[in-house]
Amino acid sequence: MTITENVVEVRDLRKTYGDFTAVDGISFDIHRGETFALLGPNGAGKSTTIEILEGYRDRTSGEARVLGTDPGRGGLDWKARIGIVLQSSGESGNVTVAEQLRHFAALYPNPRDVDEVIAAVGLEEKAGSLIRKLSGGQRRRVDVAVGIVGAPELLFLDEPTTGFDPEARRSFWKLIRTLQSEGTSILLTTHYLDEAAQLGDRAGIIAGGRMVDLAPIDEIGGRESRVPLVRWLENGERREQRTTTPATLVTELVSRLGAEPDSLEVIRPSLEDVYLDLVGHEHASDLSAEALNETEAAR
Amino acid sequence: MTTTISPARASRTESSIGRAVRLGLLRIGYEVRAYFRQGDTVFFTFLFPVVMLTIFSVSFSEASFGQTADGDEITAAWFFLPAMLAAGVLLSGLQNLAIDIAVEKSDGTLKRLAGSPLPVVSYFIGKLGQSFTTGLLQAGVLLLLGFTVFQVPLPENAENWVTFAWVFTLGVFCSAILGIALSAVPRSGKSATAVVIPITLVLQFISGVYLRFSDLPEWLQNVASVFPLKWMAQGMRSVFLPDELVVLEQNESWDLPGIALVLAIWLVAGLVITSVTFRWIRKDS
Repeated sequence: MTITENVVEVRDLRKTYGDFTAVDGISFDIHRGETFALLGPNGAGKSTTIEILEGYRDRTSGEARVLGTDPGRGGLDWKARIGIVLQSSGESGNVTVAEQLRHFAALYPNPRDVDEVIAAVGLEEKAGSLIRKLSGGQRRRVDVAVGIVGAPELLFLDEPTTGFDPEARRSFWKLIRTLQSEGTSILLTTHYLDEAAQLGDRAGIIAGGRMVDLAPIDEIGGRESRVPLVRWLENGERREQRTTTPATLVTELVSRLGAEPDSLEVIRPSLEDVYLDLVGHEHASDLSAEALNETEAAR
Repeated sequence: MTTTISPARASRTESSIGRAVRLGLLRIGYEVRAYFRQGDTVFFTFLFPVVMLTIFSVSFSEASFGQTADGDEITAAWFFLPAMLAAGVLLSGLQNLAIDIAVEKSDGTLKRLAGSPLPVVSYFIGKLGQSFTTGLLQAGVLLLLGFTVFQVPLPENAENWVTFAWVFTLGVFCSAILGIALSAVPRSGKSATAVVIPITLVLQFISGVYLRFSDLPEWLQNVASVFPLKWMAQGMRSVFLPDELVVLEQNESWDLPGIALVLAIWLVAGLVITSVTFRWIRKDS
């Protein structure tokens, strides 16, 4: 046992479907107790990656270890230690919320208290309702509840808050923070960059099946990309400058121009700005790579 | 060190079987509850034979289906009660599970279970238990309806009820296993009913459920004899119809050993097919 034990270890993971490469050699680790956010546009390979780690898909090549086990061969004991919140669910839902959770709790050796879980996802008033009669967002909360009722060491959350209203999303974040404080390790995919920033310790950004960046959330894209940007109009011309000391720059501007600069903006790039930058670059290089392949194929 | 590892493994294997059975019993309760909350299965699987028995009994109330040795008229209700019991066994097992599991495959239920520590065996115990429980309740409703409303005389000797018990039990498990095997065929949950219902419907027509078996041409009787429903219906007739009617059977015999043999063969075949084809999910779809 090392101090920074990894619950997930992925090395050069690849998945191809015929000619199509969904995951093109990605590597990352998730430390015990950490929340790792996997970000990327649709079709980037996030879900394929997470489903390989959940044991739903076989990998084409590379190494994967989840709680020390090859997820392609995980048995019941292994499944008892993970929790999965799938991307979508369309089950007929002919059982009540409480029945569903009691049932799933019974499958695990050390489950959480069912009533507490129902309360944690805010469905106390719906405990006796059939799941099929719930709204989409409420059903999603049942999915989350089923995912955590077994008290997993590692929780997979695949776009967990799709369809949540802002309030439900905030209370979901609160729930996840409770799980984090109890030591649960989490692999999260999401399209909401603020969610990744709120919950994640580190993030990996996937585009075109490759990992384009992997870093602590506030270092994604490198320090450079986080440097504040000052923009203003001078003589009708748009000017911008990156600086670590924006206030000093603005003061200089004021004294140089002898007046308030026009259309002054001080921009501190958010995770979303940095992300779009990264993914945009990758898309561009993807397109050129594709063009290259086509010329090669044409020969 | 090896001395401590071996007994620990042995006891774990034992408890994992116990666990599979315990969770299987738990699944039966869960499955039965969900079954009765699904409106269309309750109608097309559970109540269908009840409705058909009522329609046949009323429509043919003036017709005679023969006489007993004592000179009593055999009414339509009497004649069709065993047929509907057999149909119920087929519907509760095969039709119910083939559709149910095909739907669960496509709506994500099986994917969720695949990610949970539920043994596949427990899932099967739950499904078989659901078929058995709902089939038994259905048989109870049919018998009650036949006895109270349509005055069908029920057998008074224990021997007939023993035959009923094993024909019913073997029939339900045979149908249920074949239903699980058949659930692999529909490509989606939506197409499941369209694939499964024609199969069960044709079987019911050629196996002596809606039409008198002895009226069918011999070649069709022989075709029907390949499939289990004909044998279940024959077994049910042997229990509920007066012995004189045995002359209407193929070879003028109830052929109980034949029934047991054919159902057992289908049961084993279904188990083999299921164990080869059943997967929680298609890994690379």
